[in-house]
Amino acid sequence: MWAFLHKLGSPKEFYAITARWLTPLWLAAVALILAGGVWGLAFAPADYQQGNSFRIIYVHVPAAFLAQSIFVAMAAAGLVFMVWKIKLADMAAAMMAPLGAGMTFVALFSGAVWGVPTWGTWWQWDARLTSMLILFFLYIGVIALRGAFVSREGGARAASVLAMVGVINIPIIKFSVDWWYTLHQPASFSITEKPAMPAEMWLPLLLMVLGFYAFFIAVTLTRTRSEILRRESSKRWVRALVEEGR
Amino acid sequence: MSRADSRSTPLPEAGEPADGLAVAWRATLHRDLVLRLRRPGEVLNPLAFFALVITLFPIGISPEAPLLATIAPGLLWVAALLAALLSLDGVFRDDAEDGSLEQLLLSPQPLPVLALAKVAAHWLLTGLPLALMAPLLGVMLSLPAGSYGVLALSLALGSASLSLIGAIGAALTVGVARGGVLLSLLVLPLYIPVLIFGAGAVQSAILGGGVTAHLAILGALLAASLIFAPFAIAAALRISLNG
Repeated sequence: MWAFLHKLGSPKEFYAITARWLTPLWLAAVALILAGGVWGLAFAPADYQQGNSFRIIYVHVPAAFLAQSIFVAMAAAGLVFMVWKIKLADMAAAMMAPLGAGMTFVALFSGAVWGVPTWGTWWQWDARLTSMLILFFLYIGVIALRGAFVSREGGARAASVLAMVGVINIPIIKFSVDWWYTLHQPASFSITEKPAMPAEMWLPLLLMVLGFYAFFIAVTLTRTRSEILRRESSKRWVRALVEEGR
Repeated sequence: MSRADSRSTPLPEAGEPADGLAVAWRATLHRDLVLRLRRPGEVLNPLAFFALVITLFPIGISPEAPLLATIAPGLLWVAALLAALLSLDGVFRDDAEDGSLEQLLLSPQPLPVLALAKVAAHWLLTGLPLALMAPLLGVMLSLPAGSYGVLALSLALGSASLSLIGAIGAALTVGVARGGVLLSLLVLPLYIPVLIFGAGAVQSAILGGGVTAHLAILGALLAASLIFAPFAIAAALRISLNG
């Protein structure tokens, strides 16, 4: 196990080993998202209150899950990078950040679109929306900080520290925003407690969530592999690989 | 260090570290206070900024007292928060430029403790004056009576957390040229919990509710940042200067 992990830590070995994982991962992602999407959008029964508009859930919830998971994954990669100086962890963290910010944006946007038929407004200062918006700003901060450094090493370490500080703060922010929301409890709208969903509604959702996670892993692996080639482009093994490709 | 040399104790290592740490802490705090007080503009500018921003709101929204009174707690807190943010960039930048920050990193005393002294100096000359000035601006916004003490207290408590959290961002951006906007981008999302409970305390005092819960949570946030922030600041300073 440890020997395997050690092997994975080296960019060259990682590149060779993950080559075999890519196709199954992409296939799983596409199959799960297609199956969940078609089932959820076309065959699942409509909600008795919200009608067909509830189907946004099949994009909204998986995106929101990923938005939070990716930040934690990014901070974990940052910790691995800072403690064991594994450059690969930083490459993965750097490649995850834009995807995480994108997923946060998708969650916010789909939430806004969903808000129009259900709440009658694009934006509501609801606790969950607000913490999601703050998460989006945290992502932007990490990406901007990495970009601001001239040296890649400095930017990588600074972004790692900020991601870790952010991940400690996310629960505190979430708690305080919940508190703030209950204080200001607006009378007009509230998210109605979702009724317990029947199986034919949540099974496609489960497929979509799994599909989104597979998609996230597949994208991160693919992007990390190309980042390895970019950063190690002066190494002999990369050159040999390129020659082979020709 | 020169003090340790002048002493002729047989075992300088035995009693020195604890004593040396206290001396170094006080010296760092004293140096920062003196440096800032010699340039009074740096201390007064955030206060002027605070007053100016507060002046903009009645002009931009409405001079009617009832409306201003309802939004005053939030306005005062947000404006004070921005004023404190404005002065953060200077916490480490001058020292980084003249090389004294490197001396701090090289000193035998633990860096988190020395960084804490610098943050304390920042709070004493920014957060505390802002907190003391806030009630005056509260009068101008016709803040309801009975909430002035809570306003000052919540700002004094909260701005200490703001200085600590903000110093992490200042340390991270000290190596970046013109890091001011970037600093706000990094730090403002982390300020939100303090803002919620700080403005909440004042709001609660106006409505006649208890404020101890809010102040207790502000204190808890300060305690948590006191524990964690110095280490994050120290790590960030090492990155900025070596990375």
